[in-house]
Amino acid sequence: MASAPTQADLKTRLQTLIPKLVLSPSLAVIFLFVYGFIIFTVYLSFTDSRILPSFNLVGFENYSKLFRLSHWTTSITNLGIFAGLYIGISTLIGLGLATFLDQKIRGEGLLRPIYLYPMALSFIVTGTAWKWFLDPGIGLEHTMHLWGWESFSFDWIKNSDYAIYTVVIAAVWQSSGFVMAMFLAGLRGIDNEILKAAQMDGASNWQMYRRIILPQLRPAFLSAFVILSHLAVKSYDLVIALTGGGPGRATELPATFMYSYTFTRNQMGIGASSAVIMLMTIAAIMVPYLYAELREKK
Amino acid sequence: MTLMKHLKLSAAVLALSATTAVAADVEVLHWWTSGGEAAALNVLKGDLEAQGIGWMDMPVAGGGGEAAMTVLRARVTSGNAPTAVQMLGFDITDWAKEGALANLNDAAAENGWDAVVPEALQKFAKYEGSWVAAPVNVHSVNWVWANKKLFDDNNLTVPTTWEEFEAVMATLKEAGVTPIAQGGQPWQEATLFDSVVMSTGGPEFYQKALIDLDPEALGSDTMKQAFDRLGAIRANVDDNFSGRDWNLATAMVINGEAGMQIMGDWAKGEFVAAGKVPDEDFLCFRFPGTQDQVMFNADQFAMFDQGGVVSEEQAALATAIMSPTFQSAFNVVKGSVPARTDVPDTDFDACGKKGIADLAAASSSGNLFGSLAQGYGAPASIKNAYYDVVTAFFNGSFDSQTAAEELVTAIEIAQ
Repeated sequence: MASAPTQADLKTRLQTLIPKLVLSPSLAVIFLFVYGFIIFTVYLSFTDSRILPSFNLVGFENYSKLFRLSHWTTSITNLGIFAGLYIGISTLIGLGLATFLDQKIRGEGLLRPIYLYPMALSFIVTGTAWKWFLDPGIGLEHTMHLWGWESFSFDWIKNSDYAIYTVVIAAVWQSSGFVMAMFLAGLRGIDNEILKAAQMDGASNWQMYRRIILPQLRPAFLSAFVILSHLAVKSYDLVIALTGGGPGRATELPATFMYSYTFTRNQMGIGASSAVIMLMTIAAIMVPYLYAELREKK
Repeated sequence: MTLMKHLKLSAAVLALSATTAVAADVEVLHWWTSGGEAAALNVLKGDLEAQGIGWMDMPVAGGGGEAAMTVLRARVTSGNAPTAVQMLGFDITDWAKEGALANLNDAAAENGWDAVVPEALQKFAKYEGSWVAAPVNVHSVNWVWANKKLFDDNNLTVPTTWEEFEAVMATLKEAGVTPIAQGGQPWQEATLFDSVVMSTGGPEFYQKALIDLDPEALGSDTMKQAFDRLGAIRANVDDNFSGRDWNLATAMVINGEAGMQIMGDWAKGEFVAAGKVPDEDFLCFRFPGTQDQVMFNADQFAMFDQGGVVSEEQAALATAIMSPTFQSAFNVVKGSVPARTDVPDTDFDACGKKGIADLAAASSSGNLFGSLAQGYGAPASIKNAYYDVVTAFFNGSFDSQTAAEELVTAIEIAQ
């Protein structure tokens, strides 16, 4: 009898301990490989590292070089164009599709996965498929010419000024379905009673969407924005598969810039500083979001 | 990586169980994946297999070797360097600086490399007086490859000046063919620009601008003129060029879709592989205005240090690479010329013979220059800065004036 309480005590103590024990290796690994390397990258961005890491500090030299590079300016501008259009268009198309699907139409169960499916593909597959489709020599333009529409021309992917928009097209195609699914979930979460009450008060369809449904979708908008914006900032594979950063360097994004400077150009210091800038960009988006979310929970 | 180790191990076990006299395998990282290149590499494989040394192929596709260098860095960092790696110019120096390369002085002394390798090449194959790489060949980039039938049909002769070259392009355009077949990757556009700069400014200007990286020369009117000429060439390239591989551009010339390609002599390998004969099916001539110069690029094999000693297989590989019979057999297939100056040219075709003669002449008259686009002018960071500007210009982002200014800034930042 005397041993029973201590046994139970041991058991409860074990029970509280086991989750911590099980989690601690992964926590340690995350601290080392995520946060540890973030700190290492920040450190490297202040050193003169070239082909391999060096520990010789040079202050802000890498950052000042970075912002003098027209290549980096191109990357940043491209990111602005890409992120803006990608987030905007994906949200609009996603919202549109969700609204149409929400009209209690037949075959929704079939249509929904069709729109959602592109998200299941990797960006490499999307990029390669669109590369062939948009290539004037073998894709859409060529097919149109074969069908007899000789004057048809769509060579954006080969044009330095327009190539970045082809990246937007492919990315929007990939993500719109996913955004649709998020909005659809949001729409389904709206209380029908409110809508019925509004109908009784004589609200038009437009007014219902404008005044009731859209405001209630605010959390869905926020999630869509956060997910799309971090996808935009870190997008690398799509550009590599679709245009390889070309024509020339016209579709380079900060992620491709970072990779090439760090790993193929032997300028690890500049590469690291561009990675830090990217991290800060993401942080500038994520931190306010997390702050808002956490505060709401309290 | 573990997979590679595993493969290596199982290969070794297999070799042991077969009780043949196999010493060990050499693992060779390279980017020779096109038809002509792969055929050339088979000569080396066969040579080593005859000595009982197995060959573990590790091809990483991508002309210019950008992708291969990335793989190499990952492998060296993880402590699993390949036995031998194909390398270009300053990459060798960079790796030698890191102390990663094996010292090949014994093999070099035994076979007298010092006496037979051109001096301009030794600057790259040696680091601080020791041999760290075995040069396989000397390529030169200032070649024009032309479809002979198109030239004959349009009564064209080989152009020797820029003006004549422009006239040839204009005639071909009128005849309804694409005058210039150009691949659309930054290294290809920059390789073309090497020749244009040499032709526009002459060897002294080339040395000053692209080797010594003098900002004044880089931003000069001559450089602007060189960009103007590059723009004139761009106007004679079809619109679908971007992203095209060099061998596809060569195929356009072989098939008669395009008149000429300005490319290093590795392009000849494609003509030969397609069963074409120089002077009968295709023409090879120096880029107009660079008849006396050879702008080189040499493929070399650097051996990675495997614990402080040069292993038997590495020494055997290095000796095999430098043997005159191999240099002749290999380069006949590859399209380049031997890295040794004492190799007889009897087995080479007309273009090969011309290449060997040009190299010897240029070497003795001080007209042998490293190609910046091919990593024989400056380290990777500067080479890539050069690519950035040239490719941006070629794809229409800059005008000539801006391009010259950008070149000054980009190279200054990369230094």
